[in-house]
Amino acid sequence: MIRTPLRPLARILQARAQGENPDHIERENLRLRVEAAREKSRKRAESRLLVMAMLFLGGFVLIGAQMALQAATEPMQVQRGAVEAISSERAEILDRQGRILATNLTTHALYAETRHMIDPVRAAQELGRIFDDVDAAQLERQFTDPNRRFVWVRPRLSPEQRQAVHDIGEPGLMFGPRKMRLYPNGSLAAHVLGGASFGEQGVRAAEIIGVAGVEHHYDERLRDPALVDQPLSLTIDLTLQAVVTEVLSSGVRMLNARGASAVLMDSRSGEVLVLASLPDFDPNLRPPPPTEGEPADSVLFNRAVQGYYELGSVMKSFTVAQALDEGMITPETMLDTRTPMQVGRFRISDFRNYGPQLSTTDVIVRSSNVATARLAQRIGAESQRAFLDQLGFLEGVPIELAETRRARPLLPGNWSELSAMTISYGHGLSTSPLQLASGYATLVNGGYRVQPTLEKGQGGMGARVISERTSAQLRYMLHQVVERGTASFARIPGYGVGGKTGSADKPRSTGGYYENKVLATFAGAFPMDDPRYVLIVTLDEPVDTTGSEARRTAGWTAVPVAGEIVRRVAPLMGLEPRPVAEIDLAVRNALTAAR
Amino acid sequence: MRSALFLLSVVAMIAMAFWAYRENHNTRQAMAERTALTREIASLTEAISVQRAEWAYLNRPDRLRELVILNFDRLLLLPMGAQQFGSVTQVVYPEPISDPAELLDEGIEVFGAIEHVAEFGANEEQLP
Repeated sequence: MIRTPLRPLARILQARAQGENPDHIERENLRLRVEAAREKSRKRAESRLLVMAMLFLGGFVLIGAQMALQAATEPMQVQRGAVEAISSERAEILDRQGRILATNLTTHALYAETRHMIDPVRAAQELGRIFDDVDAAQLERQFTDPNRRFVWVRPRLSPEQRQAVHDIGEPGLMFGPRKMRLYPNGSLAAHVLGGASFGEQGVRAAEIIGVAGVEHHYDERLRDPALVDQPLSLTIDLTLQAVVTEVLSSGVRMLNARGASAVLMDSRSGEVLVLASLPDFDPNLRPPPPTEGEPADSVLFNRAVQGYYELGSVMKSFTVAQALDEGMITPETMLDTRTPMQVGRFRISDFRNYGPQLSTTDVIVRSSNVATARLAQRIGAESQRAFLDQLGFLEGVPIELAETRRARPLLPGNWSELSAMTISYGHGLSTSPLQLASGYATLVNGGYRVQPTLEKGQGGMGARVISERTSAQLRYMLHQVVERGTASFARIPGYGVGGKTGSADKPRSTGGYYENKVLATFAGAFPMDDPRYVLIVTLDEPVDTTGSEARRTAGWTAVPVAGEIVRRVAPLMGLEPRPVAEIDLAVRNALTAAR
Repeated sequence: MRSALFLLSVVAMIAMAFWAYRENHNTRQAMAERTALTREIASLTEAISVQRAEWAYLNRPDRLRELVILNFDRLLLLPMGAQQFGSVTQVVYPEPISDPAELLDEGIEVFGAIEHVAEFGANEEQLP
């Protein structure tokens, strides 16, 4: 910087010449210089102040914003134990009327911290005395093992047991709170619910995980912390389930059956009201899966969903439905029933000889294999396969149960004309009772596909498979089966039951069929003029010994059980009995209207 | 003037500090209360769920069926049947009353406390 001199020579000389004091000039310059310096420092201070102010402002804005943010957020409750990694919460499961099917109960687990133990030997002995299933010697070894600091003794304690353990007075024995899954209705709907067990365990909590059934299928949903307060509502009705199970089990007892299953389904929405399988088990004490023998003989086996069997004559309805729908026949068309029928080296015969011909209605009413096989011949294998595929018989039923994931029907490797003929009357294609229920729902509900469901509010009708006319014709025929055919024991006055029987010889594991082992099925619906419910009852190896000779056909076994179920269940569902003639007239009117 | 301002600000600061201290104290109090309430709610919820489970257990169909059998002599309960449905015409309605005086003759039932007021507007006394 160039400094201006305090006494510039030019101005001094000029001032001297004018007789002025040159010191004034010096003072003036000094003043200017001081002023300039002051101005400069003021500017610097100003800029520093500005920076400071900006910094403070920034700070305040930051704090203010943070405060505003906190004020604006929803006040949240800090939950005790929310920091815990393991959540033992699990939503309840209710039936369609809000009654509890599964809930949680707090109990305690017993564990030991060995470093706090005073007399481990005595503690082990006392524990052995309290619990029958605890090995005192092994526990003593674990308690005195210097390398162990922690031992799980029991996962669940009853209040009495807890008091008894408390009375030992051992400070090293501790209780951890546990949520326990409780099924208050015992074995009712056991196959639907499945069961639960402990997953990951901590001292303060243990995870409950579903191991089968609905509990397994909805495991994520039931454990979702956001949905824990909202119970899962099923379509099952506890009262109906109890009644059907009661009737079914007395049927099993009286007919010496190995097992049985029943499905009661809403024919329009596919909501399953009852899903029973016998023998059953208590989901509170779910038995371990069997390690030997047939899995189908285990109590864990859900016959209604996992049991894919050849169901016999109940499948005839579908063959006739297809022939009617394609316009090949009408209910009055006379069909050839000359038995036996020779196809290659295979012979198809009827239970008894029905004469040279029967009308289509009578083929269903009296259940003629020969006439149905002839119909299948006319329909053709390809077309039959496509029709059954539309009805969902070629794949598993996607219901909300863990067991259905692997259960699939057995299909013939080569869908030949011969297999089409045997499939037409229910042999050569395996079907589960639930699948059959969904098929029959389509037959009677006006022709719409129905997907069975267990979650309330999830049901609904799908695509149309057969026409309304075919459905009306089938309703008439199925009603006739009960009124004057093979299922007359299901004739419950006032409820207009309709249905079809099926008695299938059980296949041997070595090939061929057993002579005297039968799977008896009744597939039906009620009330037949406007079917709201579909009912499937199957009995495994039933024998009716009340007569002079043992009777095994469905008409003597599954049908009376189904009839009793309708008699007990229909009033409970609020279905009022109506005059028989009124229902009969309504069914016939629908038939003539459809023509 | 200046000292008065200074004094005022000191007083204001003390007042603010007192207020802040009190707010802090109240907040802690409220938080402690809330914790206690949360704990109570949790224990009550727990108790409710136990009661619900017990109710469901006591009302399980198996047990009710057994009770029905045990008490059959007294209750005569049978499974619901189709014959139990009736029509509205089967319901018996009471006969219409022709003369209201007939009703009055039978006397009127009165429930609750009766207030008895003396004849000449004297003190009111209440009968139990």
